[in-house]
Amino acid sequence: MSKISKAIGTIQHIDDLNSRDRWMNRVHPLVKFFIVLFYIAFTMATHKYDINRMILLAIVPFVLFVLADLSVKDTLSRLKIVLPLVFFVGALNIFIEKAPFTIGDIQIRSGFISFATLTLKGIYAVIMSYIFIATTSIEKFCKALRIIKVPKIIVTQIMLTYRYIGLLLEESERVTTAYTLRAPGQKGIHFKVWGTLAGQMLLRTFDRAGEIYDSMKLRGYIDE
Amino acid sequence: MHMADALVSPAVAATMYVASGASAGTSVVNLRKEDYSKKIPVMGVMGAFVFATQMINFTIPGTGSSGHLCGGMLLTALLGPYAGFLTMISVLLIQCLLFADGGILALGCNVWNMAFYGCFVGAFLVWSPIMKKGFSRGKVIAASIIGCVVSLQLGAFSVTLQTLLSGITELPFSVFVATMQPIHLAIGFVEGLITAAVLVFVYEAKPDLLYRYEGVKDKENSRMSLKGTLVTLAVTTLLIGGGLSLFASEHPDGLEWSMERITGSTELEAVGHAYEVAGGIQESTALLPDYAFANNDTAFGTSFSGIVGSLVVVALCVLTALVIKSTVKKKCLRTRI
Repeated sequence: MSKISKAIGTIQHIDDLNSRDRWMNRVHPLVKFFIVLFYIAFTMATHKYDINRMILLAIVPFVLFVLADLSVKDTLSRLKIVLPLVFFVGALNIFIEKAPFTIGDIQIRSGFISFATLTLKGIYAVIMSYIFIATTSIEKFCKALRIIKVPKIIVTQIMLTYRYIGLLLEESERVTTAYTLRAPGQKGIHFKVWGTLAGQMLLRTFDRAGEIYDSMKLRGYIDE
Repeated sequence: MHMADALVSPAVAATMYVASGASAGTSVVNLRKEDYSKKIPVMGVMGAFVFATQMINFTIPGTGSSGHLCGGMLLTALLGPYAGFLTMISVLLIQCLLFADGGILALGCNVWNMAFYGCFVGAFLVWSPIMKKGFSRGKVIAASIIGCVVSLQLGAFSVTLQTLLSGITELPFSVFVATMQPIHLAIGFVEGLITAAVLVFVYEAKPDLLYRYEGVKDKENSRMSLKGTLVTLAVTTLLIGGGLSLFASEHPDGLEWSMERITGSTELEAVGHAYEVAGGIQESTALLPDYAFANNDTAFGTSFSGIVGSLVVVALCVLTALVIKSTVKKKCLRTRI
């Protein structure tokens, strides 16, 4: 499956999840957003050698995860985007931080502890963000942003981008499939057609924006 | 370059949220000053376009890898800095929420690192100055590459600073910077080339879509005059020959270094009558031996040598060009006869 197909699948899957009728889905988006933000900030403020607190902090995502009724497999698949970078930075600490750290009777390098806390921080943050988006639709989130006075132009912008991502991903998929079928055995887009391929798509995008503007005006859209 | 939540401390995240929020506020205020209603759908669809095209792999010739478009610079070149910045915010927010690419807490950092530099530095310090006197194909390519390289370098440097200030890694600053900057230099260059390819296509197909394009006026001004070119070249020559020559490295160059490694000296001993005669001629004819006045090794001598050397090279080039031109002209006349 191509990267574009996967992205389309992810969007559709998240749309399905956040349109379900679960208790977590009914909680106000702002409440969920600030809980997630506060939790992540609190977790990130935890000292790098405070492994006990990090283990205790697992309770919150675990409880919310159960309440949100999400799949373990989907959640783990999201971790693969973030974890490599976190692993890389954390793994360097193992070699740099050589001071001894005692857990019970065992003495290990402090670098291992900071590596473990950093990895846990990464995992918790991703799980909490996933819980939020899997139980909150972008439309509801944007509505909530208007309550806290985020300018209309930004909110409209987020909604429009989200609305058209699926459409343009499908178009990209069609274009790249058509190209691949005409250039068998070739990986990616050849540099000679970089400009024409993406440029044609861009011009069509501008035409589409013109049509959207006309339909917005016909439906009575008024600026701020 | 998306930063994860685990790589930033709350203090750094909050600071970057404030900085990015202020930039977003400024963008909204500036957009409100113009008739932006027609821009809203363009911004929305362009955000989706950037998102979608970043999934397409553009093959880099000569390597087995691929690159993608630089969103910040592309949006700036099409929508301007303010609309481009707001569009990038929506792209980064959706990437963070839907694809776990960057964290919620680190969103302020990511907006700053990827949108601020690409849009504001890209627009005010790269695109606008280059396009000041009109558009041309070369200028679009130059602005795209320079804009992408500069914005990625600044973004990578910010990532280093934010991670170190957050106390996440004990890695020394110099090592971290030395790892981040060269990688992003290469990425910036490739992204610049892809962005340039798209923008050149737009310039040739529908130039009025480009930021600051003013139609026919641009086409008239796009070529630099002969006088302007000569003055620019002369000033650059004087600056490099007279100024930068003072900072020339005292270490041996590549060839000298290799010889020193093999023979223990940067200069090879040449024995023989022919060498002695040639050396004598060179010594007697060299006006400025070893890039200085004879028997007087001062900084002024080095600058003077740089300028004189440059002028002699220019004179020789002009002379050669004139000779070639007159020869070609004579040949053309003979062919007609």
